[in-house]
Amino acid sequence: MRLIDHAKVVNNMKPRILKNIFFKGVFFAATMFGLLVLGILLYRILTQGIGYLDLQFLQSLPSRKPEMAGVKTALIGTIWLMVVVAPVSLLLGVGTAIYLEEYARKNQFTNFIQINISNLAGVPSIVFGLLGLTVFVRALALGTSVLAAGLTMSLLVLPIIIVASQEAIRSVPNDLRQASFGMGATKWQTILRVVMPAAIPGILTGGILALSRAIGETAPLVVLGLPLFLAFLPKSVFDMFTVLPMQIYNWTGRPQEEFHALAAAGIIVLLILLIFMNSIAVFIRNKFQKRY
Amino acid sequence: MISFKYLALSAMIGAVLAFTAACGAGNGATNGSEGNTDQAGEENKQLQGEVKIDGSSTVFPIMEAVVEEFGMEQPGVKVSVASSGTGGGFKAFIAGSTDLSNASRPIKDEEKQKLEEAGIDFSEFKLANDGLSIVVNNENDWVDHLTVDELKKMWVEDGQVKKWSDIREGWPDEEIKFYSPGTDSGTYDYFNEVILEDTPIVEKATLSEDDNILVQGVTGDKNAIGYFGFAYYVENKDALKIVPIDGGNGPVEPTHETVESGEYAPLSRPLFTYVKNESLKNEEVYEFIKYTIENAAVLAEDVGYVKLKDEEYEKALETLEALK
Repeated sequence: MRLIDHAKVVNNMKPRILKNIFFKGVFFAATMFGLLVLGILLYRILTQGIGYLDLQFLQSLPSRKPEMAGVKTALIGTIWLMVVVAPVSLLLGVGTAIYLEEYARKNQFTNFIQINISNLAGVPSIVFGLLGLTVFVRALALGTSVLAAGLTMSLLVLPIIIVASQEAIRSVPNDLRQASFGMGATKWQTILRVVMPAAIPGILTGGILALSRAIGETAPLVVLGLPLFLAFLPKSVFDMFTVLPMQIYNWTGRPQEEFHALAAAGIIVLLILLIFMNSIAVFIRNKFQKRY
Repeated sequence: MISFKYLALSAMIGAVLAFTAACGAGNGATNGSEGNTDQAGEENKQLQGEVKIDGSSTVFPIMEAVVEEFGMEQPGVKVSVASSGTGGGFKAFIAGSTDLSNASRPIKDEEKQKLEEAGIDFSEFKLANDGLSIVVNNENDWVDHLTVDELKKMWVEDGQVKKWSDIREGWPDEEIKFYSPGTDSGTYDYFNEVILEDTPIVEKATLSEDDNILVQGVTGDKNAIGYFGFAYYVENKDALKIVPIDGGNGPVEPTHETVESGEYAPLSRPLFTYVKNESLKNEEVYEFIKYTIENAAVLAEDVGYVKLKDEEYEKALETLEALK
């Protein structure tokens, strides 16, 4: 008895190959759809905004005259915001992840924390804005300072960093930890010298993605009551400031067409900033990946 | 892999250089301008301090223009302008965190009451006028004007499908499409006050906080009607058809002249700023408001609004001086 009926196989061959081609096409189209939309968006923004994008645009204050307007305060403000958000959110986020993954016992309490962190990641950003307004701006009387906004944004991105860091720490093979313990290392030494170096690429990827989100958020900052127009730059974390997305949002709402072009130019600056940050992440990731 | 890393590295270095160059040049520029103004400052008195402003996003462009000009004369005064909307601005004003609160409608009684409870005395200053413009699609060839009653009949929800033919005999038997600013805006509040009179707005209306969306909506639909600030109409004059409004004395179209004279009624709305009287004791706040009133006419026109009559500004200055 022959197990394979060759005639049948030959008959089936054509539909099978066609099916294969069909699904390849479907998935390719799915990929291209996203890229196409992104491409159109970039093309529109670039053609609209490139005319306003020059050094003067980076060095000027906002103005009622479009040709004189710039994003100086907003750009510097966004960088200030990062200076607060990056250390606060990374320290708290990675700290929480290490505790939950390495130290905490798996019981109902840690389960409860875990569920809440995942839930927090899905809370709309405007809710964090209200929280920041009540706690940091009003109760702690920080006003609409860099610090108040930075802490609010840190809370907003904290769940993302925690979840990403946990994933990264969990993916470090247990053999490495066992080997380290076997050599007589303490838990802290193991975490510092074995787990962290292996987990850092993943942690940084999550961290940079989270920071990119913090850069682009507008809603919570609007709720905090951040000013839109400032003629001065912040000198410390207690000073008022404004950020790029708020400036862009303001410009898109103006009646005059020229301001819409300015908004597009602002978006380009924001995109460059994001690409810059992402390239730092790629750089650090590659540097550390060499070890393993 | 290696080539990709080089690419990433060079992109990064390039970006760092661009940024440091930009920031470095930026600092240089500010230092330079500070130096210049310091020299000029030997003539007029240079003030120090802070002025905090929040409120209507409609008034924001005027304030932005004022601060821009004021900043050249008084670089030592740190003025910040936020734009949380008329209602949001008053909340901050009641909490005592701002000196000025901009509004695109008069203050409400409940807001007054809360200010009283908080022990905050305030003064009201009119800065400019805005003509709420009622617009229809360019292809709409039947609407020549609307009366206030007709407007009300259109925009109030009564459970019926609204058709043009319901509003006036001889108009097409087609459904009207409504476009209105969002309910949080002062623009909506004002429309509510003079047209809707607190009855709910027609349910099918498209509400948007972004007036440019409303412009697009009306431009794209033959049966559409919408309303928004005068500046949005002026910018899109060719794409929209303005509807003259009959407030009892014949149809009037919103123009600079009819809005300034008050002939375009009842849809001419005043734009305000409210000032905390206590803040006026600070010289920088006082000077800032004085500067605002003195220059509001020119700057408001610059950003697309309509100036008040000259005597109104003079009266405002007298009120201000009495408060000092």
